[in-house]
Amino acid sequence: MVTYVIRRLITAVLLLLLITAVVFAIFFLVPRLAGATPDSLATRYVGRAAGPQQIHEVAVRLGLTDPIYVQYGRFVKGLVAGTTYFTGTEDVSCPAPCLGYSFITQNPVLPDILDRLPVTISLALGAAILWLVGGVSAGVISALRRGSIIDRGVMAIALAGVSLPIFFTGLLSLSIFSYGLGWFPGGGTYVPFQVNPAEWAYHLILPWVTLAFLYAATYARLTRAGMLETMHEDYVRTARAKGLPERTVVRRHVMRATMTPIVTIFGLDLGLLLGGAILTESTFSLPGIGKYTVDAVQANDLPKVLGVTLVASIFIILANLIVDIVYAVIDPRVTL
Amino acid sequence: MRRTRTAAALAVAAAASLGLAACGGGGSGSNSASSSNTSSGSAATGFNAGVGQVFNPSTAKGGTLKMAISDDWDSLDPGDTYYGFAWDFARFYGRSLTTFNAAPGKEGVKLVPDLAQSLGQPSDGGKTWTYKLRPGLKYEDGTPIKAADVKYAVARSLDKEVLPDGPTYFNDYLDLQGYKGPYKAKDKGAGLKAIETPDDQTIVFHLKKAFAGFDYFAQLPSTMPVPAAKDTGTNYKSHVLSSGPYMFKTVQPGKQYTLVRNPNWDASTDTVRKALPDEIDVQLKQNQDDIDNRLLAGQLDVDVTGSGVAAQTQGKILADPKLKANSDNPIGIRDWYLSVNPDVAPLDNLACRQAVEYATNKASIQRAYGGNTGGAIATNMLPPTVPGAQQFNTYPPGPDNTGDLQKAKDALSKCGQPNGFSTTMAFRSDRPKEVATAEAEQQALARVGIKLSLKGFPSGDYYTLYAGKPDYAKANNLGISTNGWGADWPDGFGFLSQITDSRTIRPGGGNYNLSVKDPAVDALIDKATSAKDLTSSQQAWTDVDKKVMDGAYVVPTVWAKGLYYRPPTLTNVYFNPAFGMYDYVSLGVKQ
Repeated sequence: MVTYVIRRLITAVLLLLLITAVVFAIFFLVPRLAGATPDSLATRYVGRAAGPQQIHEVAVRLGLTDPIYVQYGRFVKGLVAGTTYFTGTEDVSCPAPCLGYSFITQNPVLPDILDRLPVTISLALGAAILWLVGGVSAGVISALRRGSIIDRGVMAIALAGVSLPIFFTGLLSLSIFSYGLGWFPGGGTYVPFQVNPAEWAYHLILPWVTLAFLYAATYARLTRAGMLETMHEDYVRTARAKGLPERTVVRRHVMRATMTPIVTIFGLDLGLLLGGAILTESTFSLPGIGKYTVDAVQANDLPKVLGVTLVASIFIILANLIVDIVYAVIDPRVTL
Repeated sequence: MRRTRTAAALAVAAAASLGLAACGGGGSGSNSASSSNTSSGSAATGFNAGVGQVFNPSTAKGGTLKMAISDDWDSLDPGDTYYGFAWDFARFYGRSLTTFNAAPGKEGVKLVPDLAQSLGQPSDGGKTWTYKLRPGLKYEDGTPIKAADVKYAVARSLDKEVLPDGPTYFNDYLDLQGYKGPYKAKDKGAGLKAIETPDDQTIVFHLKKAFAGFDYFAQLPSTMPVPAAKDTGTNYKSHVLSSGPYMFKTVQPGKQYTLVRNPNWDASTDTVRKALPDEIDVQLKQNQDDIDNRLLAGQLDVDVTGSGVAAQTQGKILADPKLKANSDNPIGIRDWYLSVNPDVAPLDNLACRQAVEYATNKASIQRAYGGNTGGAIATNMLPPTVPGAQQFNTYPPGPDNTGDLQKAKDALSKCGQPNGFSTTMAFRSDRPKEVATAEAEQQALARVGIKLSLKGFPSGDYYTLYAGKPDYAKANNLGISTNGWGADWPDGFGFLSQITDSRTIRPGGGNYNLSVKDPAVDALIDKATSAKDLTSSQQAWTDVDKKVMDGAYVVPTVWAKGLYYRPPTLTNVYFNPAFGMYDYVSLGVKQ
């Protein structure tokens, strides 16, 4: 197990470097191939009255005039050894891991990302609990009551859940429950957990439910399909023939087999969400990683884009690793 | 089957009714808002009650002014910002030498002294400008504000490598003699001979050439004082030392700004700011639809962007009399127009350009911008909000503004193209209104045989690489380009200097003047910038406007308007044409 984990972590580091190199190439190599020059790239980061000399100075300051491999090398050096940044009046140190400074705001990227991480984690974990509990429960009930009106009702709601986009359900829920009925606060009202846990949860209920609705629908359908398939297996028939109560058959035999793919997908979904629940954060104006990513891409702010890509990739890689380990625990037949 | 169909129909009906509920009006929130509006006892009520007059006047202090914006500032640093809303908001925490009067309508575009005791005193034929600071001014930490701090503020703003976002008026007009700024010179501004501070209260500016409108430069946030010892370069925006009635409590870029009262601001020295709220809270990067919904629900006081509600919210407001009574729809200080490029044949011929003027269907383009709510049909470049501007129509587009096709055909015959010609029209493809404008123009000109090939470009590079790059525009036959300009301040210079002076055109791109390349226009601009008094300056800029129209270099289409919603929670609300939005420093909140 330990050897396996170490091997995966080494692979992860190489993968992260490859991902950052690809992102670098997309943002710098592609425009260059299309004819962009360092100065034309720099025009995005200056005011509207900037003259050619000013634009060139900014291009030099941002390092855009250096070859791409030099710019990439500078980024990797910042990651492992840190760097310094000149503010105009002094040199400021950016210790490792330094993800660079925003081209637009000239603020260091890593503190910005760490500041936004709790919001995304709060959103993702809360929604994950809701969708796991709600989705799996609904799927179990639906499978056990196959063909009944309960089954059809649950599947119809699940169909709505996977069909309706988050920006629609989110704005709809705000319009009805926040601005209409006044039951919940409006968008952009995140309260940190350490300030007031009750307010933190109260302000996240609508985003949690909105995000969980989408995923719960998927998990309900997945659970139902898995259970229906498993319940007809020979070993389940044997368990029933042995006289086990139905509840025990479902809990100990059917669910165990059904949960394996659920756990796999759950890990991947959670890992992806921790990299930024873009649509939910944008709809509810939550200052998380997802919103940060959207703003960075729209502004062509490469250091920010690289930073969130790195953080999101770390979460996804870790999630995959954890899923593989948990998989082996759940299913003894699997060896790492 | 029947049960399934019934169930499906019920499900569809439920979903549809939910959707209609979401898209419907503001419900009980807006009803209570309008009833409180009626009972406020304000002098003016109803639609446009905040235009040209103060809606809900009040001197009551207290409360928190809740603001939100869908984006973020370019910078809170007054020496590094170029957004109109940022300049309006900066008056909360900074005082410049002069500023715009805090008053509605024509009074609002007048300059008044702020840090200075009076407007600037010109000498040396207008090449030297002197200001005397008011005595007893202090920063938030109690230290005195000195003339040297104003000098340093301007000096640091010159360095566009460190502070790249702000305007370049001081770079262009001060007699810098090669001075590059205190960061490069490492002298805290001492080497800047173009600005002198003979004592703590006096500051003197020396220009390269005479300029009668220097008080407009003096109102720029670049003159908000910065003590050299407290400057931290690019980090200064993290905590700007306040000289205004409020100071920063929290600065979380991309998330939130909070301002509280500055205990060292002396109201007796400030004739402009009322400082009614106790606190100002700004949420950044908010969903625009959510901002509009919160405004209508009374959970938010101001959308800081200052361009009005989104298009989908406009329909909701205009359809509801109670919501409409809480809104304003003024003309701002922005033009939407078409540039007609004389570098591209046959538009190098005046008569061919005139044909474009006559054939344009301005009514159709106005619809593209949202009808009368989105803009007023423009007859010339200077909108009526600019003091001294005259409205004239060199190319009358017919009684219904759909164009004068006969005159267009006559012009085509005159330029040797009786059957029309072909050219390409550029527009910003990620702006739906410009897409609609291009399509409208294509249809309009086709009526007289002018065939337009439409070519869309990304807005991020529109001016730097495509329409604004002379070589590219000529090589790619970009005869007509959509264009727009928001003035830095409402006078002829602020409006026309960057978009009609051929000497601002750079071969490398990044130009906003896409088509006016006329030495006669340049000569009139020189006359306007050297005018000795306000009246002759205003007339001279009108002459520039007329000359540009005579040359048919641009087709003004729409003077932009916005639909602004003022929640009944707000007091002292009025549209200030100087900023093209509500005057933020005058706002108060109901308790």
